[in-house]
Amino acid sequence: MLSFDRRSSVRTLNGVCLLLLLLALLALFGADLQVYPVDPWHELGRIGRGLLLPAWDDFPLLLQALGQTVAFALLAVALAVPLGLVLAMLFHWRGVRYLCAAVRSVHELFWGLIFMQLYGLGALTGLLAILLPFAATFAKVFAEIFEQQAPEPGLAPGPRVRGLKRYGYTLIPQAWPALLSYTRYRFECALRSSAILGFIGLPTLGFHLETAFKQGQYSAAGALLWAFLLLIATIRYWLRPRLIPLYLLLALWLLPQTPGFSNGGYLWRFISVDIWPAPLRAGDWSGTLAWYSQMFTEQVWPGLVQTLLLTQLALLLTGALILLFYPLATRALAGPWLRWGGRFLLLVLRSTPEMIFAFVLLLLFGPSGLPAVLALALHNSGLIAFLVANASDAEQGSRLTRPDDPRGLLRYAYLETPRRFPALLAFLFYRWEVILRESAIMGILGIATLGFFIDSAFEEIRYDRAMLLIAATAVLNILVDSLSRRLRALARTDAQRQPGLIDPPQKRSPKQTMTRNTEPQNG
Amino acid sequence: MSFLRRALALVLLALPLLARAEPFVFTAIPDEDESKLQQRFGKVADYLSGQLGVEVKYIPVKSYAAAITAFRNDQVQLAWFGGLSGVQARRLVPGSEALAQGYEDQFFKSYFIANASTGLEPGAQLSEALKGKTFTFGSKGSTSGRLMPEFYLRERFGAAPDQVFSRVGFSGDHNRTIAQVQAGAYEIGAVNYSVWESELAKGNVDPSKVKVIWETPTFPDYQWTIRGDVDQRFGAGFKDKVRDVLLNLTDPDLLASFPRQGFVPASNADYQPVEQTAKAIGLLD
Repeated sequence: MLSFDRRSSVRTLNGVCLLLLLLALLALFGADLQVYPVDPWHELGRIGRGLLLPAWDDFPLLLQALGQTVAFALLAVALAVPLGLVLAMLFHWRGVRYLCAAVRSVHELFWGLIFMQLYGLGALTGLLAILLPFAATFAKVFAEIFEQQAPEPGLAPGPRVRGLKRYGYTLIPQAWPALLSYTRYRFECALRSSAILGFIGLPTLGFHLETAFKQGQYSAAGALLWAFLLLIATIRYWLRPRLIPLYLLLALWLLPQTPGFSNGGYLWRFISVDIWPAPLRAGDWSGTLAWYSQMFTEQVWPGLVQTLLLTQLALLLTGALILLFYPLATRALAGPWLRWGGRFLLLVLRSTPEMIFAFVLLLLFGPSGLPAVLALALHNSGLIAFLVANASDAEQGSRLTRPDDPRGLLRYAYLETPRRFPALLAFLFYRWEVILRESAIMGILGIATLGFFIDSAFEEIRYDRAMLLIAATAVLNILVDSLSRRLRALARTDAQRQPGLIDPPQKRSPKQTMTRNTEPQNG
Repeated sequence: MSFLRRALALVLLALPLLARAEPFVFTAIPDEDESKLQQRFGKVADYLSGQLGVEVKYIPVKSYAAAITAFRNDQVQLAWFGGLSGVQARRLVPGSEALAQGYEDQFFKSYFIANASTGLEPGAQLSEALKGKTFTFGSKGSTSGRLMPEFYLRERFGAAPDQVFSRVGFSGDHNRTIAQVQAGAYEIGAVNYSVWESELAKGNVDPSKVKVIWETPTFPDYQWTIRGDVDQRFGAGFKDKVRDVLLNLTDPDLLASFPRQGFVPASNADYQPVEQTAKAIGLLD
């Protein structure tokens, strides 16, 4: 890993960081980060008491909500993985790439709202809302994992062996540890998505959490939040590979039985009527043009600008916070005992829904872009710092550690951070589109992002507007995705760009591949 | 052979399960205390079931939009809507009608509340001093937390809320509005009067920090709306039967879930003003 000529790579990394910094500085001019004088202590005191003294009187209901949260996540991931794998094999087609980027650009909550129009409020809606964006994410990440595999084994079966056989005999077995580790990581994300889908009415944890929080019943909210943290923290103890088939059967049985529709046909109505503006359906071209131009000037453009401003600031702050948080959770820097404190902090940061952060920060700073940026950065930095810390711990005791490695701050500055940095940047670029998508749900702060307008459109039952705004978000996401693809290629360790300079066995040790590939996607 | 026969017998036994009469499904979002919806409204479902002689089910929903969607797609046939959501739902489902409203909903109102730091005092009309302050509505689809306050703001200042105030947020809930204005996160807010009164009674409001500065004229709000095709599906006169059962609901325990003291007759025409207001501020086309 340690080679002589790293200057060019350092220079590109610096360039990429400088670019991020400049973009964030530019955003600083446009963004609205005003701080208002507030007196939040009464409410914060109640929240704090609720967290310290959680209370929940209906234990079976809590168990049921936990069970259904797991059921949705498990089934959705079980279906999304094969689908994503197939899409990953077709990822060299631009159409597939764009389709996946478009699917990913829509927040699960909005997918939930869309499927609710088609299938009502039931198990199918919840499953699809997780399954679809997750399959698109699996496709992207699996494709990248395949890209990073050594080409040599692929030569063995002979040049005529292509397609499925090549994947089946070389690429998939080669990439297996990385695929598995990423899938494991995504399951945690799916639990979060499943919980959050409760916000729109699925009977998962989020259903009760949102209600309790909204109504100021903080001890109930506290109990739910603790239960969720416990669920996430103990995944590796209860999610045993051998038990998965059993769990899947249980999950099928646990899915909520909601009375469905008595007749079908809503899909067609939705596609053919609901999502098109009235003047277009009436064939009134000038009216249609007026509708689109009004939508563009009043919602699409201002929403786009606000979304980008918030996203860029949040992205930079996320990076800064990762550098602050990750050492707290590593064995090498925090030590074997203290790191549990750091691990707990990161667990809280990555598992608490952003909505709750946003509300608390709103109480502290008043309504502006500031709570939004902070909430996004706290959540995402918690997630990436967790992955970075894992990568650091995985390296402990490996060939890379030496008895004369420096300790403390020196180790942080000259050893850990430089080693972690390329992966950290790559993670950050993966998170870019997630931050973009999540900035959608900051309507309580009075910031009109694209997602704010999408949410309003659904609330006003104006699906024509919702679809136009979602399409705009999708285009933005495709752009961000292709840009981050390029930047990530630059930020990656120069292993691939300068193959001659690094000795192959270390470069492709499974540990390296794994840590480089467990990139965070999605909340 | 005997296996086949047994399987056939099982299938035949299972058939009546499939042929079971479809249940009559309703949904409701109360304006206060949305916790334990399933338990509380499950009791209402049992009551309706006993009175109507059909199986009645309750589906909990999280938002007006979800309730409207469920009603439009016939997942529910009866819904307890807010004023605005009822109007939206009835526009999407021709033939549906408002059956009954809460006693309090005949003369509902919203309060404008202000943080003490603004120095604003209660007045006969909204003060000019509101301009440039920060302001939060409740939920985007709420009648008392959004529609009516926005209408009176526009009437008073002749401009959209985001031109009157330096910032306009949507807290998502009346309770949040009170908490945020009390903490000074927003200086002004608009809130459902009955939620305010009940939070005040519970001691969750500190009168030295937040107070009512103006109340809107009254307007009709929550109501029961039923689909037009229920008579064909559940038997002639079903709709009238549902109305009677609702109007005769007197069990205080069940009424507390809404929370209303009782239900009185209502019609689509009662909600004409709400519809006009929604059109005037551009929430409906």
